[in-house]
Amino acid sequence: MNVVNNKWIGQRTIRPDGVDKVTGRAAFAADTTMPGTIWGKVLRSPHPHARIKSINTAKAEALPGVKAVVTARDIVDFPIEKGAVMLGIQDMRWMCRNVMARDKALFPGHPVAAVAATTEAIAAEACKLIEVDYEVLPWAIEIDDALKDGAPILHEWNKFDGKPSNIMGRLESKKGDIAVGFKDADIIIERSFATRPVHQGYIEPHACLISVAADGKTTIWSSSQGQFMVRAMTSMLTGIPQSDIRAIPAEIGGGFGGKTIVYLEPLATLLAKKSGRPVKMVMTREEVMRATGPTSGSKSTVKIGAKKDGTIVAAHGAFYLQAGAFPGSPIRGAVGCSFAPYDIPHILSEGFDVCSNRSKVAAYRAPGAPIGAYAVECVLDELAEALKMDPLELRLKNAAKEGTKAAHGPVFPRIGYIETLEAAKNHPHYAAPLGKLQGRGVASGFWFNAGGESSAQVNITEDGNVVVTTGHPDIGGSRAGIANICAELLGIDYKRVSVIIGDTQTVGFSNLTGGSRVLFASSMVVTQATDKIIATLRERAAKIWEIDPEAVKWEDGAAHPVSPNAGEFKPLTLADLAEKAPSQGGPIGASVQLNTQGAEGGFGTHICDVEVDVDLGIIRVIRYTAVQDVGRAIHPSYVEGQLQGGVAQGIGWALNEEYIYNKDGKVDNPGFLDYRMPVCSDLPMIDCALVEVPNPKHPQGVKGVGEVPLVPVMAAVANAVNNALGKRFYSLPMSPPKVSEALDAPTQQAAE
Amino acid sequence: MGKLHVTTTVNGEPMEFLCEPYETMLDALRGQLGLTGSKEGCSSGDCGACSITLDDRLVCSCLMLAAEAEGHQIRTIEGLATGEKLHPLQQKFLEHAALQCGICTSGMLVASDALLKKNPDPTEEEVRFWLAGNLCRCTGYDKIVRAVMETAAEMREAAR
Amino acid sequence: MVQMRSGLVRPGLIVDIKKIGEMTEITETADGGFRVGAAVSGMELSEHPRFGKVWPGVLEAVNLIGSKQVQGRASAGGNLCNGSPAGDSVPAMIAAGAVVTVQGPSGRREIKVEDVPAGPGRTNLKSGEILVSFTLPPRPAGSGDAYLRMIPRTEMDIAVVGIGVSLTLKDGVCTAARVGLGAVAPTALLVEPAGQALIGSRLDDAALEAAAAACRAACRPIDDKRGTVAYRIKTAGVLLKRTAAIAAKRAGGH
Repeated sequence: MNVVNNKWIGQRTIRPDGVDKVTGRAAFAADTTMPGTIWGKVLRSPHPHARIKSINTAKAEALPGVKAVVTARDIVDFPIEKGAVMLGIQDMRWMCRNVMARDKALFPGHPVAAVAATTEAIAAEACKLIEVDYEVLPWAIEIDDALKDGAPILHEWNKFDGKPSNIMGRLESKKGDIAVGFKDADIIIERSFATRPVHQGYIEPHACLISVAADGKTTIWSSSQGQFMVRAMTSMLTGIPQSDIRAIPAEIGGGFGGKTIVYLEPLATLLAKKSGRPVKMVMTREEVMRATGPTSGSKSTVKIGAKKDGTIVAAHGAFYLQAGAFPGSPIRGAVGCSFAPYDIPHILSEGFDVCSNRSKVAAYRAPGAPIGAYAVECVLDELAEALKMDPLELRLKNAAKEGTKAAHGPVFPRIGYIETLEAAKNHPHYAAPLGKLQGRGVASGFWFNAGGESSAQVNITEDGNVVVTTGHPDIGGSRAGIANICAELLGIDYKRVSVIIGDTQTVGFSNLTGGSRVLFASSMVVTQATDKIIATLRERAAKIWEIDPEAVKWEDGAAHPVSPNAGEFKPLTLADLAEKAPSQGGPIGASVQLNTQGAEGGFGTHICDVEVDVDLGIIRVIRYTAVQDVGRAIHPSYVEGQLQGGVAQGIGWALNEEYIYNKDGKVDNPGFLDYRMPVCSDLPMIDCALVEVPNPKHPQGVKGVGEVPLVPVMAAVANAVNNALGKRFYSLPMSPPKVSEALDAPTQQAAE
Repeated sequence: MGKLHVTTTVNGEPMEFLCEPYETMLDALRGQLGLTGSKEGCSSGDCGACSITLDDRLVCSCLMLAAEAEGHQIRTIEGLATGEKLHPLQQKFLEHAALQCGICTSGMLVASDALLKKNPDPTEEEVRFWLAGNLCRCTGYDKIVRAVMETAAEMREAAR
Repeated sequence: MVQMRSGLVRPGLIVDIKKIGEMTEITETADGGFRVGAAVSGMELSEHPRFGKVWPGVLEAVNLIGSKQVQGRASAGGNLCNGSPAGDSVPAMIAAGAVVTVQGPSGRREIKVEDVPAGPGRTNLKSGEILVSFTLPPRPAGSGDAYLRMIPRTEMDIAVVGIGVSLTLKDGVCTAARVGLGAVAPTALLVEPAGQALIGSRLDDAALEAAAAACRAACRPIDDKRGTVAYRIKTAGVLLKRTAAIAAKRAGGH
């Protein structure tokens, strides 16, 4: 561990980009223009499923003011039969068809053409003049409809069990033999659950501004969770080499996974190339809701067997997740994470990737894991009830710990799951009295966390301050964490550290802001780069003092002789050494590029209280506590912020958020009015208890924290509702009409 | 119908612009006037990211026609700080980490300022209901509400 | 505005009527009633020193139209002319017995609020007519009104059901009552049988249940993204009881 004192790490410093964001100066994706900018618009399919027989753009191209029109013909094709071309977890065969429909339109909102014109109004008018000849096909949106016999098949080439199918793939994690395990069980509980598709709900719609010079040099200004992803995908879909594309990361107005793929950038690039003008494209909220990635709706069945004393002996989960128009639902998260908090000898966890006629899913905060945890954590609650055990005690009895082999592969190192359970049990919230029609629920959750590629440059300015450049867009305050760490290592005031996010042509490759990787990975490369700089500074001081570099230490922002034996010298500060740099070997800086390893999984345990208006079926969350093993909280406020934000999203998912489709297969609530994300008056304060079990594989002990907090929420809310009403809900959202209907239904004795 | 000539005051400064009759105030601010601090999240008055004040009354600039600014006083996020000195709300939002991505922050601050002008001593419930028209997807609102309450307390203290 | 922005409507001419004095004024009439300009915003109404004391239910309803940002602009007049069956101010105005003044090319006329909506998005105003003001009648002693709506969240939603109740109590007995019901039929409704059920009673459980039943019976709702038929019908009854209780408490406070 490099950190010996704690002057800055753990401090609630002011974020480097803060003033820009409270004064309105920060430039987000839609906030910039270039001279001569024209506007791009997308023509989208009105049909859930249709063969595109022809597209005639002649009338649109003839409209005065129209500068360019593009269709799928202009996008680089990745033929399906040639096999997968992967970029990260995305297969470019689907990506090229998602940004622009080729032979078939697969969901309402699927782009079929794009236009650039001198004004937004002309571009919109031109879209109407494009003639698309559709052969409308039968469609299926819900999982059951996509799986039944005779269902319309989205991808005719796909076979499952030898037959044409919308099941695009199956994934399993296995440990032991569940048949053997369930034989040992004294009690078995098996339940089925359903969740609706929900959107990430970032407030900033997708937007970009792109110019392509006559020689092909391309500048992309857009907000995303990865400027390198934008560059690579745009390159692959347009044929422009990556070396010619400078993707500049604008400030990003929320992503939550939804901005880990491209929608507009390839289209705007092609429009800019054709027109010779900078092209700006901004989605409307309706376009965001119809055509960008929500996460999957799901159906799952979970079966858990235990001994009378609460020891879980076997578990089986089957998770069916809607992928939308193209393969790629987050079954890995559902399969791998759901049982990970528990040490269970026999596990089979299976996931099925189901295509249907709605927009292709995009990642959403711990993709798949909340869906799986909702089912598993609700069954555990029933198990605890049946065994008359405290639900936290049941989890403690079966908790994964150092040495537990998870079904998805790894053997856990030192982890903090048990600590989260103990902290929850001892939290005053857990013992607080409840009123009438109130209930309390608990649930736990796990997320893998990611490491991966990260690059950073640390440069000492001529006046002795520091500029850190990293390659991961900062969504939630990561620059503040980096500044804390760099200031700590250099022993200087954190205000002397400026942290910026580089564009693709000025900083080394850095993978997506996703997988809860950013602070983990970037602090690793920044630490190594800073260590290199400290080594340089010691060498320079040693040279000036004419002593051995080993006899120089770096402390409190200056070089000192390690001991009086090394000689008596006045310390040389960072500013001193920067000033002397020209005569002592030149500029001081270091860059480090790594494929970071050792991002260990994260665990959280949540406590939720609800109150139910039984006459109207309204559920309100009245108290909430999120406990999480965060490794090391470099900037506690932004760690808490991740927990609080994840909880709020989970409460929305549990209670009111859902995609609602009309009889024509279109989203009926494509706006913030009827897609009901929690508003300020819906929520209580969200308490956080940060458990710090440092990650042994990270210089500062950092673990990813951003995704875990969404995982337990829906189960915690559902378990609280059961505690209040003695009634379980097996499908989300628990919206007032559904709750009311269930409460009014004649009581049926649930057969065990 | 030609463009309309509008004479108005934005953040205390006289301004003139031309607009189409159907153009929104948000379009005019972000376009011709170059004030991009007000954000467009929905264009339907549901997210509050475009909040401004019109003669000290809080409005969504996406629901106001640009032409309506004629003769009135407009204030935007760009007018909240005084020169280099941040407004106490801005300072408190920074100290409390009451923003993550920052896209809702302009609207939150403008709305919070309007609240404290009307009600210098709001309860938590009053803050929450006042800010219900400002969506934030990152923070769960906790730190925002705390920042507003604490600013109110400090401003009351300072005014004594 | 929203419809214009999304291209749903394409006006040939936009006229700002908010500068017409009569449409933006709140005046107390000689007989003790109120005349409220059709373009008076919810915020302006709430800043009036007397209105909210006399018609707290109407004020609540007008100030449930959208967020604080919207309340600074939105008016009961716009809410009524929008023709939505779910407009919050409409059931409260119906319960209040409000009458609107309409100005047309050939003169003025007065229409009861409940007669203005013609169906979703449609009104009985003729082409060229504009809504000028609402006239609310004088309040006898012992009167109170209230408005409640059911929404899934705590704010920012369109009413799934909205109910306005206005009543007068004398020695604990209800002497007058009107019930307006929204979002359960193509237009907001005056539910006369509900009012009748309350009149003459001491607002006991039987009377409230009879009024609730009248509200349920008046419902002709649809299943949509905001609620089901069954849920809306049930909720209409629940809200009647809760709203009447608030109105009665306010009436008793006079």
